[in-house]
Amino acid sequence: MIANFIGVLFDGIAYGSLLFLISIGLSVTLGLMNFVNLAHGAFAMLGGYVCVMLMTRWGVPFLATLPIAFIATATVGAVLERTLYRRLYKASHLDQVLFSIGLTFMAIAAATYAWGPSQQPVRLPDLLRGQVEVFGLQLGTYRLFLVAVVVAITFALAWLMEKTRFGAQVRSAVDDADVANGVGINVNLIFSLMFALGTGLAGLGGALGIDVLGLDPTFPLKYMVYFLLVVAVGGAGTIRGPLVAALVLGIFDVAGKYYVPQVGAFIIYTLMVLLLIAFPAGLYGRRA
Amino acid sequence: MKRLFLAATLLAAAPLFAQEPLKIGVIAPFSGPFADYGRQFEGGIKAFMKVNGDTIAGRKVEILYRDTTGPNPEIAKRFAQELVTRDKVDFLAGFGLTPEALAVADVATEAKKPMIVMNAASSIVTTKSPYIVRFSMTLQQVSAPMGAWAAKNGIKKAYTLVSDYAPGIDSETGFKNAFTAAGGTVADSIRVPLRNPDFAPYLQRVKDAKPDAVFVFLPAGEQGIAFMKGFQERGLAQAGIKVIATGDITDDHVIDAMGDVALGMITTFHYSAAHESPENQAFLKAFAEVAADKGRPNFMAVGGYDGMAGIYEVTKKLGGKIDGDKAMEAFKGLKLASPRGAIAIDPATRDIVQTVYVRKVEKRGASYYNVEFDRIADVKDPGKP
Amino acid sequence: MTGGAQIAEMARPRIEAMAEGLSTARWTLTEVAFWLVPVACFFLLSDYLVLGSQILITALFALSLDLVLGYAGVVSLGHAAFFGLGAYTAGLLGRHGWGEPLSGLLLAAAVAALAGWLTSFLVVRGRDLTRLMVTLGIGLLFFEAANKAAFVTGGVDGLSGVTMWKLFGVFRFDLGGKTAYAYSLVVLFVAFVFARRLVASPFGLSLRAVRENATRMPALGASVRSRLVIAYTIGAALAGIAGALLAQTTQFVGLDSLGFQRSAELVVMLVLGGAGRLYGAVIGTALFMIAQDWLSGLNPVYWQFWIGLLLVVIVLFARGGILGVADQAMAAWRRKAEP
Repeated sequence: MIANFIGVLFDGIAYGSLLFLISIGLSVTLGLMNFVNLAHGAFAMLGGYVCVMLMTRWGVPFLATLPIAFIATATVGAVLERTLYRRLYKASHLDQVLFSIGLTFMAIAAATYAWGPSQQPVRLPDLLRGQVEVFGLQLGTYRLFLVAVVVAITFALAWLMEKTRFGAQVRSAVDDADVANGVGINVNLIFSLMFALGTGLAGLGGALGIDVLGLDPTFPLKYMVYFLLVVAVGGAGTIRGPLVAALVLGIFDVAGKYYVPQVGAFIIYTLMVLLLIAFPAGLYGRRA
Repeated sequence: MKRLFLAATLLAAAPLFAQEPLKIGVIAPFSGPFADYGRQFEGGIKAFMKVNGDTIAGRKVEILYRDTTGPNPEIAKRFAQELVTRDKVDFLAGFGLTPEALAVADVATEAKKPMIVMNAASSIVTTKSPYIVRFSMTLQQVSAPMGAWAAKNGIKKAYTLVSDYAPGIDSETGFKNAFTAAGGTVADSIRVPLRNPDFAPYLQRVKDAKPDAVFVFLPAGEQGIAFMKGFQERGLAQAGIKVIATGDITDDHVIDAMGDVALGMITTFHYSAAHESPENQAFLKAFAEVAADKGRPNFMAVGGYDGMAGIYEVTKKLGGKIDGDKAMEAFKGLKLASPRGAIAIDPATRDIVQTVYVRKVEKRGASYYNVEFDRIADVKDPGKP
Repeated sequence: MTGGAQIAEMARPRIEAMAEGLSTARWTLTEVAFWLVPVACFFLLSDYLVLGSQILITALFALSLDLVLGYAGVVSLGHAAFFGLGAYTAGLLGRHGWGEPLSGLLLAAAVAALAGWLTSFLVVRGRDLTRLMVTLGIGLLFFEAANKAAFVTGGVDGLSGVTMWKLFGVFRFDLGGKTAYAYSLVVLFVAFVFARRLVASPFGLSLRAVRENATRMPALGASVRSRLVIAYTIGAALAGIAGALLAQTTQFVGLDSLGFQRSAELVVMLVLGGAGRLYGAVIGTALFMIAQDWLSGLNPVYWQFWIGLLLVVIVLFARGGILGVADQAMAAWRRKAEP
């Protein structure tokens, strides 16, 4: 019974980690930069396709595709930020929503044109497949790997934002761009770098997620609810918020599905609505 | 498309004479999440016309394709109304999704137009209008044989796991009834939400229950793939649990994307591209010629092919003069040699009677196929009294 | 929220004109001519009436969203919840022996209004992103609930067997769509007149003031909230009527009537025409659906691409949609004309 419960808890944490990974890029663009970028899924999809193409066409090992997926999507993100996104930083959320949905539609059409409408085969290296035994528990290897990646990314981001000069500049640029400009921070550059970081993380999350989520051109719309969910429940302005939100949602969803499968689909949405009623600005949100 | 339509209106104005084209309106999704349905129909229809020519009983055959863009019953119905009143079609055909077929049923009844269902697989479809005839399958028709086969082949205790929507529930019912009637016991039944990225909790439940097999119905695509990956990762096979399913999950069109995880899966279905018969060879050859961009044909392409075969047969019988009631009489009891084997239309229900095959996924060269190794002949829809 | 303020900025001359109480009550010639177009279509384009009736119904749906999004400033991605609720209400009535159309419409409006009123308390809290997520979440919950309740709704197979009586006991819903078209047109017109009066009333003006200042003056407090609640409820009721119209004229209700796709496309149509203008809803819907009907035969994949591009272009270069651009063009032309 207890072993059962710990197993469920681990599965919940693993699922939460997956949710966090696919939405971490959005926590940067939306959470820190306050841009409602619904095209986040399109960047994640791009990362996924980069990963799959490298593996199937050129035989690049899975782990080596991950940094490439990050860099490739970050580059595309930076280009789009320079040309289009920056015009909309001061626009209303509605405009940002419409703009990024438009981009998403275009990305879906382009992906269908380039790679066809069907599912892409994803095959992990043997190293990451199967189960390992930890303290008498059978745990999925890839799930453990995802949890480890989440821990690594969380620490890396926390270090970047809190200990580095770049992090300090970001915080002041986000708080008040005019003041930051006044003290000699290149706000334009900072925002470009932030956006590239956000889209790069989206691409990385996409590449890590496709083994579980699959990959076809409808990816950006299919999973949009999930990553918006994590960021909205977590709240804007922190990395911790989405992490906690993803873990809470993941654990409750998995536990709910395991113990009361009859209510399956309702758990995550009901939890979301309830959490948003209790915390309209998100778990760790700054009060508006 | 536009040109076709223009030609259609011009011709509709001309007085009726023997050479007037035989018009068939095909309503299906050609874009959106179910775009493959329409594309497969189109390939099947083209393949049939490639083999059998584009003229029947002195009338040139003209196909009018209409794209519903997804599960969109009101657009399907609108197209049916327009095809009947504006384009004056002789047959309505296509129908990938059950709600679209159901929404059009009233139009078929009122306009007395034969309606040829090429996929929509809920049992109730043919009961909604006396002008509906089905050339595809019903979900229970392929899931019930699995129940009977499993009970006969050493599976005593089964677990069912299906998507929580009508097709899943139909399959569950068909399997359960046949399985328990043959002496098996169902340990438990889980219904999985349609949007479900993670199967871990469900797989764990299945594993804890220690059944001999788990019967699965999931939409082909990422859900099926995710389930099978989880199944392997969690070591259910090592725990002695088999996966049995209907052929939807190992659909010919998506099986290559599943890859190794599908190997060894046992499914029941009415068509496999690996079916060995001269009719199927001819079909595959024609399909590859006219629809190379559509990949490997699957059961929907065969539905389109056989639907056309039915239309040709009936048009020949009626000497090219299509009257709704007479056409329906001609459809009843119709027998065809299809790429999937022998099929017939049940005169009582206007539903299809066909052989259901038991298959196993095997790798042939670089591709994966459902290879048939057992069969149950002349299966009617168990969902109808 | 600056963009919202910008829209309000653009609308200011009109608001001031309305505040003087002049131009609103009177119908301009352009408006009369506008409404004569669909009437003329009834006689001239009798082959296209089924499409026409569906455009009119969707226009009513877009109008309902305009009140919520364009006027009250609530970004909703789950408006189809009320459309579907209305559709199921009317459809279930028709299926279970009560096929009288008008009472079906009214009941659907009442049910949708009730649901709108109850959920509005969740929606008016929080900021744009929270609202977006809550409306999206409510929409998804309604969808799942309708799927689960297959014994009532037919689930994913849809609700069939909806039998409608003759309209006023005289007009049968025919295959050519004549009755459906006339019926939808009249309902749309009545709803439009209602909405037109509403937005020109003191309540409508205060709504716009709220949208303009909601973030700057939270001190307005309860009165802001109660105004948004009313607007959201009315929007839900009109969406319910649109859903009921669709259910009655197609005699079928599909699960997709509650789907996310429907909510999202509706936002696109509204923005295309111009949000915050009642005619924007009608014009955007008509153009979108006619274009979709004409172009989808060519290559559906590209259709989606062009829609996306159109959205991007509207946001970047043509705020206010077609009507917004037309307004600006007119203004520029006038400035040139009277130096």
